[in-house]
Amino acid sequence: MDKKSLKGWLYLLPAIVFLGLFMVYPLVDVVIYSVEEGYNFASQSFFGYGRYNFSYVLRDPYFLQAVKNTLILVVITVPLSTGIALLISLGLNSIKPLKDLFQTIYFLPYVTNTLAVGLVFMILFKKTNYTDGFVNLIIQWFGGSSIDFIEGPYAAKMFVMCFYTIWVVMPFKILILTSALASVNPDYYKAARVDGTSRFRIFTRITLPMISPMIFYLVITGFIGAFKAYSDEVAIFGTDLNSAGMNTIVGYVYDMLYGDSGGYPSYASAAALILFVIILTITCINLLVSKRKR
Amino acid sequence: MASYEKINRTARRNEKTRLTITYILLVIWGLVVLFPFYWMLLTSVKTYSSYNSEYVPKLYTLSPTLQNYKDAFTAVSLGRYFLNTLIFTVVTTGLMLAVIVLAAYAFARLNFRGKNLTFTLFLSLMMIPNELVFITNFVTITNWGLRNTYLGLILPSVTSVFYIYLLKENFEQVPDELYKAAKVDGTSDLKYLFRVMLPICRPTVVTVTILKVIECWNSYVWPRLITDDEKYFLVSNGIQEIRENGFGRENIPAMMAAVVVISVPLMVLFLVFHKKIMEGVSRGGTKG
Amino acid sequence: MKIVLENLTKRYPNRNKKIKEDVIAVNNFNFEIPDGKLIGLLGPSGCGKSTTLNMICGLEKPTSGRIFFGEDDVTALPPENRGVGMVFQSYALYPHLTVLENIMFPLQNFKGKDKLSKTEMTERSKKAAALVQIDMLLDRKPSELSGGQQQRVAIARALVKMPRVLLLDEPLSNLDARLRLQTREEIRRIQRETGITTVFVTHDQEEAMSISDMIVVMEAGVVQQIGKPQEVYDDPVNLFVAKFLGTPPINIFDGTIRQNKLYIGEEAVLDVFPEKNETEVCVGIRPEGFMIQEGGPLSCQLSSVEVMGRDTSVVASHSACTQPAFRAIVSSEGAASLGTGKIGFALKPAKVHLFSRQDGSRIRFTVK
Repeated sequence: MDKKSLKGWLYLLPAIVFLGLFMVYPLVDVVIYSVEEGYNFASQSFFGYGRYNFSYVLRDPYFLQAVKNTLILVVITVPLSTGIALLISLGLNSIKPLKDLFQTIYFLPYVTNTLAVGLVFMILFKKTNYTDGFVNLIIQWFGGSSIDFIEGPYAAKMFVMCFYTIWVVMPFKILILTSALASVNPDYYKAARVDGTSRFRIFTRITLPMISPMIFYLVITGFIGAFKAYSDEVAIFGTDLNSAGMNTIVGYVYDMLYGDSGGYPSYASAAALILFVIILTITCINLLVSKRKR
Repeated sequence: MASYEKINRTARRNEKTRLTITYILLVIWGLVVLFPFYWMLLTSVKTYSSYNSEYVPKLYTLSPTLQNYKDAFTAVSLGRYFLNTLIFTVVTTGLMLAVIVLAAYAFARLNFRGKNLTFTLFLSLMMIPNELVFITNFVTITNWGLRNTYLGLILPSVTSVFYIYLLKENFEQVPDELYKAAKVDGTSDLKYLFRVMLPICRPTVVTVTILKVIECWNSYVWPRLITDDEKYFLVSNGIQEIRENGFGRENIPAMMAAVVVISVPLMVLFLVFHKKIMEGVSRGGTKG
Repeated sequence: MKIVLENLTKRYPNRNKKIKEDVIAVNNFNFEIPDGKLIGLLGPSGCGKSTTLNMICGLEKPTSGRIFFGEDDVTALPPENRGVGMVFQSYALYPHLTVLENIMFPLQNFKGKDKLSKTEMTERSKKAAALVQIDMLLDRKPSELSGGQQQRVAIARALVKMPRVLLLDEPLSNLDARLRLQTREEIRRIQRETGITTVFVTHDQEEAMSISDMIVVMEAGVVQQIGKPQEVYDDPVNLFVAKFLGTPPINIFDGTIRQNKLYIGEEAVLDVFPEKNETEVCVGIRPEGFMIQEGGPLSCQLSSVEVMGRDTSVVASHSACTQPAFRAIVSSEGAASLGTGKIGFALKPAKVHLFSRQDGSRIRFTVK
């Protein structure tokens, strides 16, 4: 190899070493793990190769519960958070005084430790012997009866989970959408005004088509992010998500690997690959849909 | 004339209602965002007994106390978690910068055989979610005997293909002439990189640094996998530990004090650099 | 539809918040634009011409003053109720809509009794497209069109709702030189054919002079002069207008008037009888105001001669000239034998204008 090439590779070496060890090798390895049946972590031995790990995972009620939880989370939070973020961004872009202040405030959740603030949400929603909790008091004030959001019915727990997830993902979406809206050439709006276009029509015929690539981007990243949800759930329901019935797919992978029920890297790998396939499929479908539209 | 006046008056009235509704909406969301922060600050200065005696929690307190903050640093090892996170964040970010700057420079400026192929391979790695590789990394680190060490925490978090990509794009915008001029003057590549490239591309480097610091400060899954010794906990794991085992289960004011302490560093960072951070995230952020 | 602007004034609060005083973008603009004419608003950037256009359009509200379309006071009316068509500098064509959809867009906004059926809308859009000669491009997207074609689509979109007034903001600035010539003829033709009162804004004096029925020269929010292009060119009211119009620009010399003689440097170049008694003046001489004359009263240092075919451009220098070199346009026949060194000029009195050195106002004079 000539000297010039050597230098290039030398500069790349650290990156290649780290990526090779912690990205490429694990990628291959995870596939191998997933087909090794009866792998024992302590003795590092296994019986043989096959699809058993996948069929075990797919029959595991905990996994099915995790898939169900994750799907509900995705279906509720992605459209809802994108919609609300769009609404707020439209509002932000139509005002002048206080705009910067609002923008800064809205961004705050992005820089917080989600584990820490999740704890605050848990306390706001939790019903204990001492107090029904802040949220329940509001519900009572409106004439409802209090619910235990943290250890109570499934729907209530799901509500908290979705609410917190939306709270956490909102800053990014608002930021992206406000800058997308601000980058639309103001001449379009002036031209529309001269032509007497109604607000609704300006929104549907001009604004929406102009920012649709960004909305599309947010929906995809939103899907992927929501499918990988885990730490927000831990923040609210604690580390034992299975017994709370609020586990997610990533949480299941994690528990299989190392939680209280851990020590099964093969099952974990199988579940992780299933997750990967789901994410990949959704991304591909999205890409196809967007291509056909254009 | 009269009809013009009317058109005008309705237009102005509509405009006013619209603006009022907009502001109400924005204020409501502002409250939703700020309320948890207010609540944790408030609770953290209430005494244990007064918090527990309020069946209907008060939205203010007349006798604030700092006792909870004292407890947070003495009753649980919050200081330790803090220090661990600091070390983890600084070392990881520093190492990452070194690695990605060199790699981005190689892709942007140096010519070598197999460059394009390597870059394509790098890009394809962006598709791989971390969740897929942490299983093997867990096994690798365990086998190397690096569980419950700083090294075990840091090593897998060092590289980011996305940041290499971001930096490379920026490096390529620096005009070729500068490089040629430096070469004519006999400047070495390394010197050129540090004296010319990095100063010109400082905004991107700062963006990447800030994003990585936020990521490190909030990282939870990997540290939890790799540490079960409290001595090596980061703040995220620390707060989880405090929730489950610290303070006695119901000492919520002390818990909130810990939460405040954990949140403060990033908040301060944000308030100082909020323009830069928001700009950086809109260019290179992915959380959401 | 005639347009009347009455004491039109627009002030903005200063952007620098420390300065309390408002910025006056347009100051006391009075003008009656006759029906069916093409008017050019001309001035350097920041002179208030675009603000004036936006006020006529209704996008900005005047601080004081009134705007009438015919007999209607439209000052307080929002743009959609004024019946104006506007072409933006960036064209503002919606990139996701086809040419036909773009042109049809304003028609789809009609409500109530004005509402049109789909076939009516298509028909009218196609008619507007035919007027600007883009009827073969109807299915394309704006990004597939050239700059000139986009411009035509924008004009068609402004015309399709049959506006009372057509407004164009820097209509030619985004086109290259050749297209500019072609498009400005096109604008002239369309305006003639439709007979719609049209106001356009430009910073390019050549553009304004070549197609306008009347031009309005503005500077710093104040109207300097209004008139037919040739009149304004031949008879500028002040130094600014004289300098702003004409390519190559007018040449300015420092001069003095003593005993009814105009001196440039030490040479008496003209006999003048000025209306005002001022000794120190600025002398503006149009490039075509020079005649080569051996031993002529204005003797200069010849720098170069540029033959341009019919005419010849003579570049020379003179110590009293405010620029290092000035330019004279003479017919090529007289210039054939020019050598180097000294050159003498005689001046055409009609092409010489005198201005006050204090405020730049015109000092008229008679020759006899």
